[in-house]
Amino acid sequence: MIGRTPTLLAACLLLAGLSAPSTANAAGEAKHPQAVDWSFGGPFGTYDRSALRRGFQVYKEVCASCHGLNQIAFRNLAQPGGPEFSEAEVKAIAAEYEVTDGPDDYGDMFERPALPKDRLIEPYPNEKAARAANGGSYPPDLSLITKARSGGPDYIHALLTGYEDAPEGVEMRAGLYYNPYMPGGKIAMPAPLLEDLVEYGDGTPATVEQMSLDVTHFLNWTAEPELEARKKTGTMVLIYLTIFAGLLYFSMRRIWADQH
Amino acid sequence: MSGESTYQPGNGFARWMDTRLPIMRLVHDNITDYPTPKNINYWWTFGGILTFCLVTQIVTGIILAMHYTPHVDHAFNSVEHIMRNVNYGWLIRYIHSNGASMFFLAVYIHIFRGMYYGSYKAPREVLWILGVIIYLLMIAAAFLGYMLPWGQMSLWGATVITNLFGAIPVVGDSLAIWLWGGFSVDNPTLNRFFSLHYLLPFLIFGVVILHIWALHVPGNNNPIGISVKSKQDTVPFHPYITVKDAFSLSIFLILFSYFIFFAPNVLGHADNYIPANPLVTPAHIVPEWYMLPFYAILRAVPDKLGGVILMFSAIFILFLLPWLDTSKVRSARYRPLFRQFFALFIIDCLLLGYLGAMPAEGIYVVLARVGTVYYFAHFLIILPLLGIVEKPKKVPESISASVLGGSAQAAE
Repeated sequence: MIGRTPTLLAACLLLAGLSAPSTANAAGEAKHPQAVDWSFGGPFGTYDRSALRRGFQVYKEVCASCHGLNQIAFRNLAQPGGPEFSEAEVKAIAAEYEVTDGPDDYGDMFERPALPKDRLIEPYPNEKAARAANGGSYPPDLSLITKARSGGPDYIHALLTGYEDAPEGVEMRAGLYYNPYMPGGKIAMPAPLLEDLVEYGDGTPATVEQMSLDVTHFLNWTAEPELEARKKTGTMVLIYLTIFAGLLYFSMRRIWADQH
Repeated sequence: MSGESTYQPGNGFARWMDTRLPIMRLVHDNITDYPTPKNINYWWTFGGILTFCLVTQIVTGIILAMHYTPHVDHAFNSVEHIMRNVNYGWLIRYIHSNGASMFFLAVYIHIFRGMYYGSYKAPREVLWILGVIIYLLMIAAAFLGYMLPWGQMSLWGATVITNLFGAIPVVGDSLAIWLWGGFSVDNPTLNRFFSLHYLLPFLIFGVVILHIWALHVPGNNNPIGISVKSKQDTVPFHPYITVKDAFSLSIFLILFSYFIFFAPNVLGHADNYIPANPLVTPAHIVPEWYMLPFYAILRAVPDKLGGVILMFSAIFILFLLPWLDTSKVRSARYRPLFRQFFALFIIDCLLLGYLGAMPAEGIYVVLARVGTVYYFAHFLIILPLLGIVEKPKKVPESISASVLGGSAQAAE
């Protein structure tokens, strides 16, 4: 039976309507990311505002040259449960960028400084331009990245800090880099973080580890901006339900008392 | 129950109404006074829990539909719009997406309860068949709904399942094209899936009414499986059963809330937060957990058509269960051999579920074949034979005798 596995596998893949036999590739061999003790983990977790702000800085100065955040508007940076920049700070951040607006009354498009209502600026006008600039690879949008990868924020942090020299026998094509946390081990993004790549306003030393933790913290917020409200509401709901269940239990005992 | 109505109109208006639209009589006979065996246990509270799940899915679904856009260019972003910009949108969506899982968890408990206590046996065959129809409709609704966020798993899951229809001889290819409204899963498919996903819950609701009707004619089965003999055996549905159902539901809601608020995505797949891309196939295409056993059966067969036939047979065989089980004794309490095979059957279903999540290669395929063969053997060989071979234990005289049995003896 085992000997017939390739035929079986092929049949199952056909069955699954797949065009490429990707089930069998080396993807399964990726290194397991180490668990990080995030402040937003656990039932009472909240975001660390300074980490979110530092993370936004890393995103803005490093990641944003290739990766978009298309679900995030500048105004989101001021909302409760996020980095909570002030309205004025958000206006100033937005004003650093130009967006195309229009058409105006003459039918012409025009440039204007970005406003809090605008989404963050995409690094490339479209996917083709992104691929052309990145040797054929398409840097994914990061808005949902911690939810879109199994392992979540642990995986993102491990990936950002886990670059290594390729082990012997692993052949690397030009433009691919070895990273044991990436399924398949090969990633088109070169190690993005270098010591002191950014200068933090709050004086935190910008080590690779620190920047990676901060930007992952920030990206978890972009993926789950509702996290704080969700966990807070959840705690109240569970307390309510527990009391409610207790009351129902004693009501039940009382109602059934004459039947025993 | 089909017995005499005990409804007494309390005032002039109620009397006037009763001769025109006896809706108060309907409520009284089917909810307030409906005689229920007094010995039913907590496994019987899942009918109420399932009704709650259905209503929750319909209410949250209607609200989601107000904000959702069924178009390949907008669907993914409209779901994120719900998560980010709609007031409590994240709550409504997480209730709906985890609600599907909770619905299936409850329905599986409900189905296995029916199997354990022989609730499908005469005179409840039609009740059972209606239940299987509801389950089929639920699978369809869940599958259609999973496509709507238009993530990678939505697209590729829909592609795998709709491709199955292509396995049907002669008409398969044309049928698949007709289902898709094109040559692959694309915008027309998403549109019709949305439309059908909105339709199915109301069909389910209709069949649920028939299911309850068919329940209220013979009345509930109960843990000892013998029929109600006198009024001593029953309690009125309200308040005895309503309060018990409410308590059970509140415990169920605690579990439900845990998922909604603290682990809203653990039951889903990370790939579905990647927008659908017809050019990139995910490494592993897996359905939601509640479909995994059937997925394992599908992939256990090396022939595409054979796999499809076996997968659908695995569900349709449930329709025949009342006639495949030849034992006259309903409850497993008095069927020592059946109890052991029932446990094996549950283990087999869990094993198939595990295998459905694993890649279809090597030992997994071998195990999936063994599991599949056993699944069908349970229905087609074991159940018919058990009724003949097994010597059931002595069944109590009546429900009240079994309930009071212990204390009556102690009093003597």
